[in-house]
Amino acid sequence: MRILRAIFSHGSGRIGGVIVGVYLLIAILGMLGLTPHNPITQYRVDRLHAPNGAYWMGTDLFGRDVASRLMAGIGQSFTVAFFSVAFATLAGTVLGLAAAWLGRRWDGVVMRIMDVLLAFPAILLALLIVTVAGPGTWTSIVAIGIVYTPIFTRVVRGPALSLKAREFVDAARTFGSSSSYIVTRHLLLNLVAPLTVQVTLALAWSLLTEAGLSFLGLGTQPPAASLGLMLSDSRNLMETAPWLMIFPGLAIMISILGFNLLGDALRDILDPKMRRAPA
Amino acid sequence: MIPLLSVSDLRVGFGRNPQANEVVRGVSFDLADGETLAIVGESGSGKSVTALSINRLIDFGGGRITGGAMKLKRADGSLFDLMTATEPQLTGIRGAEIGMIFQEPMTSLNPVLTIGSQIEESFRLHRGLTGGQATAAAKDALDRVRIPDAARRLKYTPNQLSGGMLQRVMIAIALACNPRLLIADEPTTALDVTVQAQIMALLAELKRETGMSMIFITHDIGLVAGIADKVMVMQNGQAVEQGELNQILDSPQHPYTQHLLHAVPHFTNGGTTRSDGRRDKGAGTEPALKVDGLVVRFPLKSSFFSRATGAVHAVDGVDFDLMPGETLAIVGESGSGKSTTARAVLGLVRSTRGSFTVGARKASAQQSALPVQMVFQNPYASLNPRLSIESILAEPVIATGGRVDAGTRVRMASLLERVGLPKNSLERYPHEFSGGQRQRLCIARALMLNPSVVVLDEAVSALDVSVQAKVLELLVDLQREFGLAYLFISHDMAVVERIAHRIAVIYAGQIVEIGDATSVLSKPKHSYTKKLIAAVPTVDRRHEHFELDTRQVPSLVRPRGFEPAPARWERFGSDHMARAEA
Repeated sequence: MRILRAIFSHGSGRIGGVIVGVYLLIAILGMLGLTPHNPITQYRVDRLHAPNGAYWMGTDLFGRDVASRLMAGIGQSFTVAFFSVAFATLAGTVLGLAAAWLGRRWDGVVMRIMDVLLAFPAILLALLIVTVAGPGTWTSIVAIGIVYTPIFTRVVRGPALSLKAREFVDAARTFGSSSSYIVTRHLLLNLVAPLTVQVTLALAWSLLTEAGLSFLGLGTQPPAASLGLMLSDSRNLMETAPWLMIFPGLAIMISILGFNLLGDALRDILDPKMRRAPA
Repeated sequence: MIPLLSVSDLRVGFGRNPQANEVVRGVSFDLADGETLAIVGESGSGKSVTALSINRLIDFGGGRITGGAMKLKRADGSLFDLMTATEPQLTGIRGAEIGMIFQEPMTSLNPVLTIGSQIEESFRLHRGLTGGQATAAAKDALDRVRIPDAARRLKYTPNQLSGGMLQRVMIAIALACNPRLLIADEPTTALDVTVQAQIMALLAELKRETGMSMIFITHDIGLVAGIADKVMVMQNGQAVEQGELNQILDSPQHPYTQHLLHAVPHFTNGGTTRSDGRRDKGAGTEPALKVDGLVVRFPLKSSFFSRATGAVHAVDGVDFDLMPGETLAIVGESGSGKSTTARAVLGLVRSTRGSFTVGARKASAQQSALPVQMVFQNPYASLNPRLSIESILAEPVIATGGRVDAGTRVRMASLLERVGLPKNSLERYPHEFSGGQRQRLCIARALMLNPSVVVLDEAVSALDVSVQAKVLELLVDLQREFGLAYLFISHDMAVVERIAHRIAVIYAGQIVEIGDATSVLSKPKHSYTKKLIAAVPTVDRRHEHFELDTRQVPSLVRPRGFEPAPARWERFGSDHMARAEA
């Protein structure tokens, strides 16, 4: 509650919070099928209909309602984003803590593997994994999760190393505290703030990556809706039916803006060192 | 006669509303040519902010000068208004007219540049020297601060020099352009006592040579006696008392000054050691802790693949025993191995050889022995900020497999009360407590497991003197009540005198002198102990001249397989012995 209040008293946090909140609502409606029309029903007579009262965002080449497909697509994209970021957070935190706590050889091995993963551009690595494993929702989730794992590993390992050298950890050792107690209570608990910020920002990137994969035909498979897929379908009809491109494009852009604003606000709120002295 | 610097009714505030958040509230003083003013106060008294306001560095620290006047007499006799000066004008004043040295020499220098280039920068900026001229000037500057072998040292980077040497480099930079005013903000706080004495001697000598004025900021009222002409005591942003040195030290008027002078540990060469709990010979009690032949070495490798080529001999054959209810103080400088000894006893550092006997139990060298607990130096770093006090105190109990039940809570509450913390502390978080209170929390935490030995690693060094005195009192009370044995690690001889029954002086990883506190402090036998005691600043040493000594501490890096020669001990009295010197 305290954090929500802090977000809403933060200038850009308020905007980001509202955007993300609205998207979440749309995503839930989209997933529950509470859309104005069925997103995959083809209204053949109304093909490529411009936005009007019945079809708020027009219809596509097959006569499907763009607004409904957009809602379903947001639901689909958010599902992939949330699961993939959850995967990356979990894997990255475990690997980062293991690297920092075990040190020496473990640290070297884990971090070199992460360096290799980081050496690939995100979308390329995701493409590689999806190509090997075959397209689909779950492979997208795992692929995007793996792509963002190294970032979480690094975000966790650095502060964990410095926390490990703090005196309260030494103090805990003098009591004979177990490693698992020290790692969870003294390291992880102090990492909640940087992780929260990172999760928010990673959601934005993974939305974008998911859209990219779907655009290339390797993410969500038709006829299911996805923002990337909708953009891909709109390419050849850009001049005759611009609404096909404008709405999913805007949807992607605004969602990423929202997550980034929220992430920046969380960084300001959670990290006292980032608080600037008022000018 | 116009003073060099005249400050009147200076007010400095921070934050969005500087008028409401004033940290310095109406400070006035005059400083004549060649005079030294010492500003004394505890942390948060506004002494550093006052100093930073003089050269307007405070503008960069988020502070705003909200009122008052500051006038500097320039070399040509004209008055310069520091309040209205523009930033370009101030850049010309800083370094050229007002030099400054800071507390932490290790962080005040850029680690990737050689010290030579950092000194030359000052000459380039203010004197327009270039190339060889600047290098020559830099060498002269290092000579001036008595750094031996100056020409070669110019090529060193900061990590190759000790803290004391770096502070000399900082002084060399500050004095590069012969400023007429030097502001020294706690210049010796981060340094060892013997090094501190060296820096103080150097500052006094340079002042005599150049005739500059100095503003010397310190929390240690004992230190001002040696250097200041005038003293200003600050509390809560106000100058509560100012005047001539002797007048302030001998007949302080303000209660706060009296309190400070009373609280500062007076070093009396063993005259005020504790009279309780002397160890009685032949009583036959088991020692609470016995350390035999402790050796800690850190192997050095020149590359990843090669074998160790040598080792840092951090602790090299240390033996001592500690009786229940007794305090053994281990004194020495940084890098002498005193903290490593403590950490080895607790199992935080793996010892290479040696054995510990804790109570009746013989603990192996590698394992932490639970009847030993520790209190750390920095009360801000030794408590996890995200845990409530209840969780912090419960940790030792959980760690030993205990359950947190009603009995544990009763014990927590009674310990908190015993160390003098409010009853409602349990659900609060560390940041709600002051430094002294946090240290009390650490003490309570250490006592949760009923230890027989408590290691106090510089446990009061980070605290203000008045808080320090109270925590020391608490430690003595707890010792009497629970029969605790303390291993008290410290560099501060005056504090040691107050709490120790016995003293072990450690130098370069070896004990050079050990014995009864009164005996060691009043009749030191080893030359290093004598040097250490001679360096202690006290209120009674007015304008005393310290010898300048430029010897470096010997390196502890030894080749592979090196073993130190066995010690020859000379005995003085029943409980006092010193290592024979070559």
